[in-house]
Amino acid sequence: MGGAQFFQYFLSGVATGSIYAIVGIGFNIIYNATGMINFAQGEFLMLGGMMAISLQTFLPLPLAITAAVAATGLLGVAMQIVFLSWLRKPDVLRMIIITIGLSILIREAALHVWDEKVHALAFWTGDETSSLAVLGARLSPQLLWVLVISGLMVAGLTLFFRFTLTGKAMRACASNGTAARLCGIKAPRLVTLSFFIAAAMGALAGCVVSPITQTQYDMGMSLAVKGFTCAVLGGLGNVGAAVAAGILVGVLESASIAVLPLAYKDVVALTIMLAILLVRPQGLFAGIGRKSGPLGQAHGGA
Amino acid sequence: MRAYARELPLLLLAGLVVGAQVSLSALKVDFYLTQLTMAAWYSLVALGLCLLMGYAGQVSMGQAGFFAIGGYTAAVISTTGMSSWLSIPAGVFVTAAVSFLVGIPVLRLKGHYLAMATLAFGFIVSRIIVGMAIFGQADGISDVPPYPLIAGLAITGKRPQRVENFYLAWGVVIVGLMLALNLVRSRTGRALRAIRGNEEAAAAAGIDVGRYKLAVFVLSAVYAGFAGACLTHFNAGIGPGEAGIMKSVRSVALVAAGGMANLWGTLTVSVVLTFLSLRGAFGLFDDAVFGGILVAIMLFAPDGVFSLLRHGIPSPRGFPRRAKGGR
Repeated sequence: MGGAQFFQYFLSGVATGSIYAIVGIGFNIIYNATGMINFAQGEFLMLGGMMAISLQTFLPLPLAITAAVAATGLLGVAMQIVFLSWLRKPDVLRMIIITIGLSILIREAALHVWDEKVHALAFWTGDETSSLAVLGARLSPQLLWVLVISGLMVAGLTLFFRFTLTGKAMRACASNGTAARLCGIKAPRLVTLSFFIAAAMGALAGCVVSPITQTQYDMGMSLAVKGFTCAVLGGLGNVGAAVAAGILVGVLESASIAVLPLAYKDVVALTIMLAILLVRPQGLFAGIGRKSGPLGQAHGGA
Repeated sequence: MRAYARELPLLLLAGLVVGAQVSLSALKVDFYLTQLTMAAWYSLVALGLCLLMGYAGQVSMGQAGFFAIGGYTAAVISTTGMSSWLSIPAGVFVTAAVSFLVGIPVLRLKGHYLAMATLAFGFIVSRIIVGMAIFGQADGISDVPPYPLIAGLAITGKRPQRVENFYLAWGVVIVGLMLALNLVRSRTGRALRAIRGNEEAAAAAGIDVGRYKLAVFVLSAVYAGFAGACLTHFNAGIGPGEAGIMKSVRSVALVAAGGMANLWGTLTVSVVLTFLSLRGAFGLFDDAVFGGILVAIMLFAPDGVFSLLRHGIPSPRGFPRRAKGGR
């Protein structure tokens, strides 16, 4: 394999990895706010992509994407308000099953609204044949879009959590819900907000990858598992580490294509997850059930 | 009298099975027996998961993986001409071995982590099946021969043995149910319930939590693997769809709707829904029905559909649940 080709694999790995990272961050945001894992996280990417694909037929691309992101964000809010907000102290098993059920309902709804075919959003700039020469490698401009958009999302989120009052309040809730409430923070609203952020971010990620990886109604669950791999790899709740983990998983996955048949691509990420769980389960137990403040660690500059 | 009280429901079930066969055959609609046979085999998966998830409180999103391991092992062995009788024992053995090896690391996890890890396991199994030529890739394995039992009897979906296979499958279900019922009534069953309630407390009470969890995990996998192997012979084939995540989710839905720690409830819900699903009663909304059941049951009746009969629909806030522990 030549250097240029290696670079190409590497960059496409980084790009897919950053999408996994966005899914992982979505898990983290909701986990920090509620202590639960939203198994429907992957569906937000599918919904964002699918809606933008439908909207682009009569809207200019940027508007279609904006509308799709907003709609998915609101759907996340609706999901939280309708199905989850009124459960008092539900046990973990119950929450897992509810969000898995919701992910299936979303997926099946998508199957009936759209169809079982593979769809793709238009390339944001140029088309599938256009390419940029970077260090001798031919890259699709969309790859750069993926990198830029995910970079912006992570940066924006970091700034949000660190410098805005709302972001600080969310961190406060994550580290000590009771203390935060005593300080007058309205926790339920922040939980709803966390669903909006996670869903909207997922939808935007779904739009930016759609031209390259395409969008299909059943893509959500495997994305969710990979995103969770990143979240676990980085330590659940730790946003910054999820990015590094995502890139690592993406690059390994992309490198595996050179060695293993394409069919096993998905196995790589999942094996990594199982291996991590095998080697470091004690590190992963920390924080289950208790909402210790992992976001604080991520953003406190540790 | 007390001894009879335990066996009476099982005898009633056996009576129901005979009654179903007699009336369906008399009405000349014995094609229903085929789906009832398949529903019986599938119900074994749900019964196994009921022990693991309902009684021991350990969620598994990968039961279809075990089902597929049993089924594919049996299919490979019987179609490559290795042996005609080895297929089901080998299917069960391989499933047990895999679940043992997977269970050791995975069962150290709890809650979300366990759910995701088992989900990942299911994904890996389905990807390996699609990726390997020996498993027929996307086509699956077809032309699996009948599994010979004694005196010409075989596990097969062929018409002449339809009634025999119906009784065979239901006989196995009744035995499997009996085993499970005895297990949950035993010291082991109490240990499993203690683990579900509070692992630390169970360990403090002298229960070897790790060993019990692993044992029930392997047992639930064996139920699934055995069902997979038998159903593969019955259907004369198996496809990668059987390993899909949706199949695992279905089992979870069935156990949840049955009332979690409720073997009879799980069996009832499982047979009814699987039968309807196999008959195509849900049409294009097959998977959606199971997703909807999951959400609805967990929101409104976390103790299963049968709790509704006893207590009515609970108020949305603060479910009046069975007294659960102190206070």
